[in-house]
Amino acid sequence: MADGTSVPIDVIAPARVRARRNTMQRFAQRRSTTGFLLCLPLILLIAAFVIYPAFYAIYLSMLNKKMTAFVGLGNFQFLLKRHTFQLVIFQSCLFAVTSVVLKAVIGFILAHLMHNIPGKNQRIWRGLLLVPWVIPLALSTLTWWWMFDPSYSAFNWVLNQFGIANVPWLGVGWTARFCTIAVNVWYGTPFFMIMYLAALKSVPEQLYEAAAIDGANTIQKLFFVTLPMMRNIIAITVLFSLIVTFADFDIVRILTAGGPQDMTHVFATYAFQIGIQSGDIPLGAADSLFMFPILAFAAFFVLRGVTRRTKEIAA
Amino acid sequence: MSTTVAERRIAVAAQRKHSLHRSRMWALWGSYIALSVFVVMFLVPPFYTLMTSLKSSAEISAQTGSPWLVRHPTLENFWYLITYPNFQRYYLNSIIVTILTVVVSMVISVLAAFSLSRMGFWGSQTLSTGVFLTYLVPPSLLFIPLFQIIGQIGLINNFWCLVLLYPTLAVPFCTWIMIGYFSSIPKELDEAALIDGAGYLQMLWKIFIPVAMPGIIAATIFAFTVSWGAFLYPLAYLYTSNQMVLTVGIISDLIRGDVFQWGKIMAACLLASLPPIVIYAFLMDYYVAGLTAGATKG
Repeated sequence: MADGTSVPIDVIAPARVRARRNTMQRFAQRRSTTGFLLCLPLILLIAAFVIYPAFYAIYLSMLNKKMTAFVGLGNFQFLLKRHTFQLVIFQSCLFAVTSVVLKAVIGFILAHLMHNIPGKNQRIWRGLLLVPWVIPLALSTLTWWWMFDPSYSAFNWVLNQFGIANVPWLGVGWTARFCTIAVNVWYGTPFFMIMYLAALKSVPEQLYEAAAIDGANTIQKLFFVTLPMMRNIIAITVLFSLIVTFADFDIVRILTAGGPQDMTHVFATYAFQIGIQSGDIPLGAADSLFMFPILAFAAFFVLRGVTRRTKEIAA
Repeated sequence: MSTTVAERRIAVAAQRKHSLHRSRMWALWGSYIALSVFVVMFLVPPFYTLMTSLKSSAEISAQTGSPWLVRHPTLENFWYLITYPNFQRYYLNSIIVTILTVVVSMVISVLAAFSLSRMGFWGSQTLSTGVFLTYLVPPSLLFIPLFQIIGQIGLINNFWCLVLLYPTLAVPFCTWIMIGYFSSIPKELDEAALIDGAGYLQMLWKIFIPVAMPGIIAATIFAFTVSWGAFLYPLAYLYTSNQMVLTVGIISDLIRGDVFQWGKIMAACLLASLPPIVIYAFLMDYYVAGLTAGATKG
């Protein structure tokens, strides 16, 4: 990779060519050695705290609780048979899919609304809409918890004004599930909005004009111009958010800690409870490893989308 | 005859233009109204945080009238926290951890991005892909084996373990952003520098970093956000209050058993959210540009 450093060799005297080539080779070698050395901190960091722990997790998940004996896939089998864990699988999927769909739809609508208003006003509106995403999630979830509080709930006060009875927000399974999803949507929608807004801005205006000349109405423009042009970014954002939401910990941990009756536990909070709080490290490791297949699946498609996108831009 | 037709045409065109203008206006106002509704919904929790933080404990438990308004605003919660040694400790720990994380992450990722975008070596392509894949690894996947590893190193209940672990969350994306920015720098600039006899590090320092400053700012904000707001690692690895950072400190210190000092908790949330809010208020554009470029470019 000596591009930009190549010298037209034929103009140099033949006697010097050899020496020159040697230095060139040394130069290229030095260049790649320097390149490798500059990457070394990154490689060491990832090897020590991502790759090694990943393999260590697989090893841990095959030990018994006291970590003295090898039990093979026993932990995985044990988890799958447990009713609580079946609830965890269900809730994780429900939580991730519902939240991501809602975030994507609301984010799409918001991006369109933002796109309608003149550019100079967009900044302030964007700033206001990004507030949920700026506040650290653990802290804003505390506020949500306080608003859902059983005895002082601010939402219940509003409902009471309309003559509706108190709702036990976090006390009943399905309502609590709804609350965790609502908080996630509140937090994650701004991210979708800015992604989609950037994508909308990159759709060439001529395409809409051409569609208008062909007599397309608004809905046809949406389905035949906007969506195809944004397809890749929508896919990347949705899959990326699926990973993050699926692995979410903060919201469920703070809002319900998995209750009532373990109905809101997701993989991460359940792993925390059995692995760190109850001290069954191998079982906890097995629990988090259940996330791996779906994460790998989403990661594969994100990567494919990103590579395609890079090629599109390069082309 | 022909003049009347022409006139009519003009009139129709004018009318159409007018109605187009009107429908545009409607779309504009409709957008503003809909956006206002969303803004109000999005800002309800921060607003409620502020209101509660201004109330005394007596006013919170009195439960008379609307909980959404404050009748006797007081700063006693803020004053209590500012003079509360534990809270000062959490704040200081958060600042130390965040500054170190940002510096470590930026050094690692700028060096790596420079190398990956300019000096191909054996396996550099695979490494770029690998870096992106690490970005997709969530903290909740590996926190249990890391618990064991941190224990073996002897850093359990020591906030220095966060300085080791947070970069794993920040570095991949920062590297990714920086690769994008560095690749967009024309190669002629490096050639000019090489001809003038600059070494690689000089080239990085004098050309790449100044030119890619927007990218550096975006990556720095990302590292800051990750490190300031992370919750799982500190919750799992820290358990005494002299080591805790803000996110866990607030939860474990101000909630004792069943006693919730909501006024103080909300004031603490507000104080802890202040640094990110200030940073975003000034540098939001860089961050959004970096983030969206990260998704569109690579």
